[in-house]
Amino acid sequence: MDLSVRIGSLVLKNPLMSASGCFGYGLEYADIVDLSSLGAVVVKGLFLKEREGHPPPRIVETPSGMLNAIGLQGIGVHRFVREKMPELRRLGAVVIVNVCGSSIEEYVEVTRVLSDCEGVAAIELNISCPNIKEGGIQFGCNLASTGEVVAAVRKATALPLIPKLTPNVTSVSSFARAAEENGADAVSLVNTFLAMVLDVETRRPVLSNGMGGLSGPAIRPIAVRMVYECAQQVRIPVIGMGGIGSARDVLEFMIAGATAVQVGTANFVDPFIWPKLQAGIEDYMTRHGVARAADLVGTVRVGR
Amino acid sequence: MPPLDVPALVLRNTHLSPDYNVLHFEAPAIAAASLPGQFVMIRTAAGTDPLLRRPFSVFEIIRDTAGSPAGISVLCKRIGPGTARLYDAAAGDRLSVLGPLGRPFSLVSPPAEAWMVAGGVGLAPFAALTEALQGTGARARLFYGGRTRADLFYLDWFASRGVTLDLATEDGSLGAHGRVTEPLDDALRARAPGLAVTLYACGPEPMLKAVAGLARTHGCPSQLSTERVMGCGLGGCYSCVVRVRDAGGTPRFVRSCLNGPVFNGDDLVWE
Repeated sequence: MDLSVRIGSLVLKNPLMSASGCFGYGLEYADIVDLSSLGAVVVKGLFLKEREGHPPPRIVETPSGMLNAIGLQGIGVHRFVREKMPELRRLGAVVIVNVCGSSIEEYVEVTRVLSDCEGVAAIELNISCPNIKEGGIQFGCNLASTGEVVAAVRKATALPLIPKLTPNVTSVSSFARAAEENGADAVSLVNTFLAMVLDVETRRPVLSNGMGGLSGPAIRPIAVRMVYECAQQVRIPVIGMGGIGSARDVLEFMIAGATAVQVGTANFVDPFIWPKLQAGIEDYMTRHGVARAADLVGTVRVGR
Repeated sequence: MPPLDVPALVLRNTHLSPDYNVLHFEAPAIAAASLPGQFVMIRTAAGTDPLLRRPFSVFEIIRDTAGSPAGISVLCKRIGPGTARLYDAAAGDRLSVLGPLGRPFSLVSPPAEAWMVAGGVGLAPFAALTEALQGTGARARLFYGGRTRADLFYLDWFASRGVTLDLATEDGSLGAHGRVTEPLDDALRARAPGLAVTLYACGPEPMLKAVAGLARTHGCPSQLSTERVMGCGLGGCYSCVVRVRDAGGTPRFVRSCLNGPVFNGDDLVWE
């Protein structure tokens, strides 16, 4: 049984990745998860410098979901390369780094630093974080800016380049096309849905930042639809995410058109989920006589 | 030891009041590994609503007749849908319990004394701490405050283990009338000259801040157990941050699940 999938020049042993911002720098989980068993470990978003993030409360629970407004707290790319990468390499993790920036120059510079670092397998370009004022979603909500930042980073690295797209636009697939046209090797989607929860007693937002990004099972059907639409529109691989909590959900995204998937919120609830997901995929492949996981990608049957 | 996730059997659910309960779980491996001040993350529903686990201090280590760790209990206060499910849990239910997690209290040894300060559900880490202190022989004292006498629990439990109780209620129905930090302040002033005291506190943030202030005023070390909205308990989500001074004195957000929940009172920066 072959679970491997290909993202540009990168071959992953299976389609399962951690979602950025939901798995720390990976090492937090090293004593309970075999990091080398994941297709890839996508680490928390990094700017050039350290960032403090927003004051708490940073999360609030909603029906079958949660909002977060962490504000991209992080140690900065240089400390990451120095303090985290050696151990990630030693553990055999395939590391994809989520790259942030408040300007095109910063995206390019962070990418350069990572491209020189042994063991970084790919760059996920964060142009979709809904929780920070500068950068991020500013680039991801405008087609011209998306094209510009992808093209600039493309010139700076030979690593597979994966812009991460926001669902907070009218047509995600047009952004997937803009990424493809400007040299992206794949796209990942969806980031969280911009959302809000109020405390009706105080009439104030619950989160310190006011708004936050909705994730979890509540968004899954919308994410599946968006992955399906994007996969119809681009030739590069689509990496799907949004509320995946079981092997069934992984398979749903793959059938919709995702070559690989990311798991975020579900890892908070069950950090031991990874082998369960893999076993469930293998069980499905056995039952359906599928030899290669890649053969499941984009196999929606239309019509009755 | 890495944390474990076990489908723990509910042995007993003791309702202490219309809001408070103590859930007893069969969980020998977690019980054997737990240190006072550590916490567990409990899944309150099998499905996705409520979605996230809830953090609870390990309240008691339950032992079998041979004295071996057999399970843990947690002290719960019903404040939302997740804790309401735990209030209604029945013996025989199984709930996913992940732990032990976080940095524990460090124990004092005689002649130093351990003075615990609890506000409301902040009693949660102090049964386990009391039993651990019995091992060191350090004298223990509990300053325990609530809104009213009906909110103060386990008084006999602590008294029977040699803990001196100093109670306070906001309505004056039991113990001192007012906040628990007032009798604490009085006792710190009245203590024998040279008596070393370590303050252990858990409760509402204003109480923790007051305890940190008293610790500084009276020259005592303090270990404060913080409570934050927590997403995962393992350092993945960065939601449970508290502001702490680093070695250079610069305030930084750190994750209370990994760097805490117990912090040195002098290191915490109050918002």
